[in-house]
Amino acid sequence: MRTAITIFAVATLASVPLWLRDPYLLNALITTGIFVIGAMSLNLLLGFTGQLSLGHIAFFGIGAYVSALTSLGFDVGLPGDIRLVHAPWPPIAGFALAILIAGLCGYFVGLLSFRVRGAYFVIVTISFAEVVRLVALNWVELTQGPLALTNIPSIALALPGFGELTLRTKMQNYYLVLVVALVAYLLIARLVHSHFGRAMRGLMENETLAVSVGIDVTRTLTIAAVISAAIAGAAGSLYAHYIRIIDPEVFAFINTVTMVIMVISGGKGSLAGPVVGGLIFGLLPVALRPVMAPEAQWIAYGGVLIAILFVLPRGIVPSLAQRFGRRRSGVTTLAPVALAETAAKEPA
Amino acid sequence: MTARSVAMSVEQVAVRFGGLVAISDMSFTVGEGEIVSLIGPNGAGKTTAFNVMTDFLTPSAGRVTYQGTALAGLKPHQVADLGLIRTFQRTSVFPNDTVYDNLLIGLHRQGRVRLLDAILGLPGARASERRLRQRASELLEWVGLERRAHDAAGSLSYGEQRLVGVALALAAEPSMLLLDEPVSGMNASETHRFVELIRSIRDRGITILLVEHDMPMVMTVSDRIVVLNYGRIIAEGTPDVIRNDPAVIEAYLGHGAARA
Repeated sequence: MRTAITIFAVATLASVPLWLRDPYLLNALITTGIFVIGAMSLNLLLGFTGQLSLGHIAFFGIGAYVSALTSLGFDVGLPGDIRLVHAPWPPIAGFALAILIAGLCGYFVGLLSFRVRGAYFVIVTISFAEVVRLVALNWVELTQGPLALTNIPSIALALPGFGELTLRTKMQNYYLVLVVALVAYLLIARLVHSHFGRAMRGLMENETLAVSVGIDVTRTLTIAAVISAAIAGAAGSLYAHYIRIIDPEVFAFINTVTMVIMVISGGKGSLAGPVVGGLIFGLLPVALRPVMAPEAQWIAYGGVLIAILFVLPRGIVPSLAQRFGRRRSGVTTLAPVALAETAAKEPA
Repeated sequence: MTARSVAMSVEQVAVRFGGLVAISDMSFTVGEGEIVSLIGPNGAGKTTAFNVMTDFLTPSAGRVTYQGTALAGLKPHQVADLGLIRTFQRTSVFPNDTVYDNLLIGLHRQGRVRLLDAILGLPGARASERRLRQRASELLEWVGLERRAHDAAGSLSYGEQRLVGVALALAAEPSMLLLDEPVSGMNASETHRFVELIRSIRDRGITILLVEHDMPMVMTVSDRIVVLNYGRIIAEGTPDVIRNDPAVIEAYLGHGAARA
């Protein structure tokens, strides 16, 4: 059943450019796809470890900037009369570096904040995103500040036997995003079903118990943060090479909020949740544009989110999965515990 | 008492919370393969002592060593790596997972494979996964919960959750198991089965420390009993010695709590 749904979904997504000729809609699907990858990475932290990263866009933006700067090259002065000169590299190298450096940032942010966790993690991630945004805004020599980095080259793939293929058309970019999204999805699926995933779930459900059976909190959460940040960085790189212009606005808080909404509405802690939520909230602007002013659209998003969570409180995917028979571990009844505790207090 | 090598040794431990002295100058040892119970009236300091022995609490003075290693300053997972595993009184399960998945989480220490192997699904990782599943089934059988394997742990009865807690602790392959009031909330037949389980655990060479209220159970199962009152050890010895110790009788009767 699940396999059938998965195959059908992938086949449908893969067939889209074959029948959808409207470039505007295809463009919307590509940017949505990029944000879905971001939402999947956020879900790895929020849904599977319970840690809310409210600065998640920082990793996305770092990926975008690293990738753009790698492929554009730069020439900046550092303190002490050192000049750092970098000649342009192919965009695919930028993509790899984006993943690497975003992952590294995830490591440091995770290491710093998982010692305290909870609210502190939220605050550290928000501050991190804000600091990175300010750097991008003010280090004009490197980032062009508000003038934006422009003319970012499109990703080119070196295919054996075909020479180099530069992905310029929307269809090519669509497939690129789809492939990266599938890889990210598989990676996260493998991870959460491995014993690392179980360690994460254990920590989320009952930390004291998880620790007592030998799960290393910092290590487990840091691994999750690194992988999550690396995937977000990959999404950022795709964004930079597709849109081909980035400015510090990419770090805006609203972009993190968008990802959080995608995860929560689709269902955190479910693999398909961010995909479903992402498609809804990514394509909603397209649907609403002819009928509403942009300001009114924001109100509509809020309304849709509330409506979804009112009807399906655990998010679309988990709620539907539960409703349609696939009753798995999710069903919790805590009442017997309370009953047994009262009974225990009575003298035997 | 037969001469055993010492597994855990508690040396002159004192715990103070501000001005309140919870434990003063407590010293005793637990031998390898021994079942030792820690008892005492309410407020005697049992839970505090238990927390010190599992390194959940650092004592104000004195030290606890396990097989020669001092516990103070170790991280919880390092304590687990020593083979020292505890159970919890209240929150003994991962409520949203099935009993079977609970055990797979509990088997974390046995399932360490490299991250990349796990993600790529390499043969090594698959083999390890198969071993874990096998082991989880064995553990379920050991504690007698095979029939509840696919129920959410949070939906089990209190007594059954306790068994899951013990199975989780066993999954971590302890060399010493510390049980925090494991039979409270169990009925007589469940308690009886639990005593059998404790014995079968000890028969596999695992040292056991028990903190418990249930006197008949403690008297049946223990090799040795340590009695605490007002944060001090007032008696120590075999069940027969403890049963007839005037200080113990006074401590319990004096509080009108001689439900034994």
